[in-house]
Amino acid sequence: MTDKNTTLERPVSKLASSLSHIASDLGKNGIFLALIAVVVLFQILTDGILLRPQNISNLIVQNGYILILAIGMVMVIVAGHIDLSVGSVAAFIGAVSGVLIRDAGFDWWIAIIVSLIIGALVGAWQGFWIAYVGIPAFIVTLAGMLIFRGLALVVLGNTNIGSFPEGYRALGNGFLTDLFGEFDVDPFTLGIGVIAIIAFVVQQLRTRAGRKSYAQEVEPIGWFIGKLVLVSVAIFAISWALASFKGIPVTLIILAVLVLVYGIVTNRSVFGRHIYAIGGNRHAAELSGVKTKKVDFFIFVNMGFLAALAGLVFTARLNLAGPKAGDGFELEAISAAFIGGAAVQGGVGTIGGAIIGGLIIGVLNNGMSILGIGIEWQQTVKGLVLLLAVAFDVFNKRRAGGR
Amino acid sequence: MTTNILEMRSITKTFPGVKALQDVTLEVARGEIHAICGENGAGKSTLMKVLSGVYPHGTYEGDIVFENETVEFRDIRDSEAKGIVIIHQELALSPYLSIAENIFLNNEVKGPLGLIDWNRSNQEAAKLLARVGLRENPTTKVMDIGVGKQQLVEIAKALSKEVKLLILDEPTAALNDEDSAHLLDLMLHLKEQGITSIIISHKLNEIKKISDTVTVIRDGKTIETIAKADVTEERIIKDMVGRDLEHRYPDHTPHIGEEILRVENWTAHHPQDPSRVIVDNVNINVRRGEIVGIAGLMGAGRTEFAMSLFGRSYGSRISGKVFKNGAEIKTRTVSEAIENGLAYATEDRKTYGLNLIEDIKRNISMASLGKLVRGGLVNDNEEFKVANEYRTSMNIKAPTVLAKTGKLSGGNQQKVVLSKWIYSDPDVLILDEPTRGIDVGAKYEIYTIINRLAAAGKGIIVISSELPELLGICDRIYALSEGTITGELPIAEANPESLIKLMTMEKPS
Repeated sequence: MTDKNTTLERPVSKLASSLSHIASDLGKNGIFLALIAVVVLFQILTDGILLRPQNISNLIVQNGYILILAIGMVMVIVAGHIDLSVGSVAAFIGAVSGVLIRDAGFDWWIAIIVSLIIGALVGAWQGFWIAYVGIPAFIVTLAGMLIFRGLALVVLGNTNIGSFPEGYRALGNGFLTDLFGEFDVDPFTLGIGVIAIIAFVVQQLRTRAGRKSYAQEVEPIGWFIGKLVLVSVAIFAISWALASFKGIPVTLIILAVLVLVYGIVTNRSVFGRHIYAIGGNRHAAELSGVKTKKVDFFIFVNMGFLAALAGLVFTARLNLAGPKAGDGFELEAISAAFIGGAAVQGGVGTIGGAIIGGLIIGVLNNGMSILGIGIEWQQTVKGLVLLLAVAFDVFNKRRAGGR
Repeated sequence: MTTNILEMRSITKTFPGVKALQDVTLEVARGEIHAICGENGAGKSTLMKVLSGVYPHGTYEGDIVFENETVEFRDIRDSEAKGIVIIHQELALSPYLSIAENIFLNNEVKGPLGLIDWNRSNQEAAKLLARVGLRENPTTKVMDIGVGKQQLVEIAKALSKEVKLLILDEPTAALNDEDSAHLLDLMLHLKEQGITSIIISHKLNEIKKISDTVTVIRDGKTIETIAKADVTEERIIKDMVGRDLEHRYPDHTPHIGEEILRVENWTAHHPQDPSRVIVDNVNINVRRGEIVGIAGLMGAGRTEFAMSLFGRSYGSRISGKVFKNGAEIKTRTVSEAIENGLAYATEDRKTYGLNLIEDIKRNISMASLGKLVRGGLVNDNEEFKVANEYRTSMNIKAPTVLAKTGKLSGGNQQKVVLSKWIYSDPDVLILDEPTRGIDVGAKYEIYTIINRLAAAGKGIIVISSELPELLGICDRIYALSEGTITGELPIAEANPESLIKLMTMEKPS
């Protein structure tokens, strides 16, 4: 650390620091390695069906709404709360959008905007009770789970609403493709993939340069380049797969935008920092001038908004708003956040982790379905994975000394 | 003299890095009331924890002889089985259970089938309540009676266990005068019934009133044991504070300027019990470059005053005015207080000061994230740079600012807390027990930092229960007792004796 190191010690300490950096990186990205392991496992078990272009596309579209929920859920959990109502809210908003389009004759895009606003209002309702009245989130959202499931039934009048306009359906079913004509492998999709790679590399380089200019420690150059190459190859492979099927799913675009925006919000915005501060030590945050009630409130407004978005995507995908929609979504979203490394006591968790956690659940669902494993065993396996993931986390922390 | 019921011989207790007790000897005669005096942190509570088995046999050196028998307690149950019962400052009652249920908790009155015999429980409880002079129905919930009565329930509980030696740790700290008087009478009454008591207290007048013998402890050592006839307040105070004050504090030449903060008629009430006045009409002022101390015993309302001032973080029905540079300011929320140039570093770093699972960098920026925002986003490189500057200037011993604060030592944690507040660029810093739980070397560093802040023209308020510390670093000291300022002394006129007198002064009624 100090510049008094003699020249003899230097190379040794540099190598050691490189190794320790890689080790800590691997430790932090253990969840990412777990995802790769699960993918490889099912790729072998399913004789290569898992990673076929069509299945990759399916994986994204089928899990989109869970991933959207997981983004909001991880923020809720980091702040030390929980939200059990998101499945019911998703169903409720799906139903509302159906009624707006079919009965009220709204244009589909106006219906979407209105639905999202209603979602945010639902979140504000729950946030009010949690933040300003001081009722634990578990209770408020348990009540919300019943209330909004009930309201979904009320809105639907106990029937299904089906056949949505094409623009609306695109949220869950649409693909961006063939803008340059029809090819076996769509050049537009590949182009987006390449742009994504370039954007990623440029952003990484800029971050590294920024850290260097502030004389911060940066990761070893070899490891850095290795990671860049690895991620670029993965993005290209996925875009190739999508390009040779139907193109980029609209759901993926929504997700990409959300991950980007919420990644920045949680990491770089004052609001995001306050969420972590509250989750880490509510008293200390309060005494540092953080307006804890306001932050709590907006976390739930945001969760309501994202639950509404998930509800719309799900409804669009099924082309049906039904009373049973969204059943059990809350549990999958919560599992995703915890598998992705969020701490039960709050203060810890990332958007990226939650997405990877959601993908692990998605691959498990998809892989086991391909293998023809019954729903009973799928449930059991998913439960065990959640338990083991959190147990692993607890064990890791204890070994690290913790507190 | 009667035979001794208890002898603690050459007790030494070491915590990592600290010798809390060193060769302490305590002899308590059968049937007496024995008082133990000492400053906060002198080792009184540690001694009692050794006696009651909280620190089990084997974790300390020395012998405990109880009723002429050497005892080796493994836990509290062992000591209670012998008839030693300790009543802590924080009462250990379950608020939602009835008085009777609390008295017989884990010692239930059972009927023939092993089921609880409620009728007999309540009947027995009523008898015990009569013995301690508490007129309450045994089925009343503990949450529905006041603190003073709860204390009596604790004593009734002790009596139900056939107590031989009753230990009371600062029993009157949270009580009003009437309840205190009743409690002291009860102790004398129990003495007549043959129960030996040990009372730990700061309140010298109480001690003089009821105790037969006084033992003074200082810095983990027994100073002396005084018989009733020889007890004087002066002697106890001298024993409590007499230590070397040289060279523990850095030199400090004050450059005192204009008044920077003035608090007028500040009053705050208990948050749950708004009828109880905790901070009573406090008036203080601080000038630029001045270090002002607030001396007070535990429960005097020091922290409560500071926290109620800092964004109403404590209390209810708060009233009073705050002026900065002569103009009135509002401090209704913490963020408003910070904006108006106040900072408050808490006495309890771990609970109120730090996010222990987060790194140094994010803890330092916590109170002033707004300063790091560029184009709507927090500039984390700038944040790193700022944190690193504080790591160097405050000498925070950690490899990088990415180290989690939970893993730092107490002194370094305190430096992180101070960094956080210095970075918020306040005009007045309120430092509550700034050196609690910190080793001597780090204390010196903290004092140096405080001096530096004063030299930079800030107003500093230091709250401390260690008188030598206040005398060593302050320019002026206020004494607080029972929520009121009982006196104000320039450093030249302040000494431990004069301060303790003010700190133990009772509220004029």
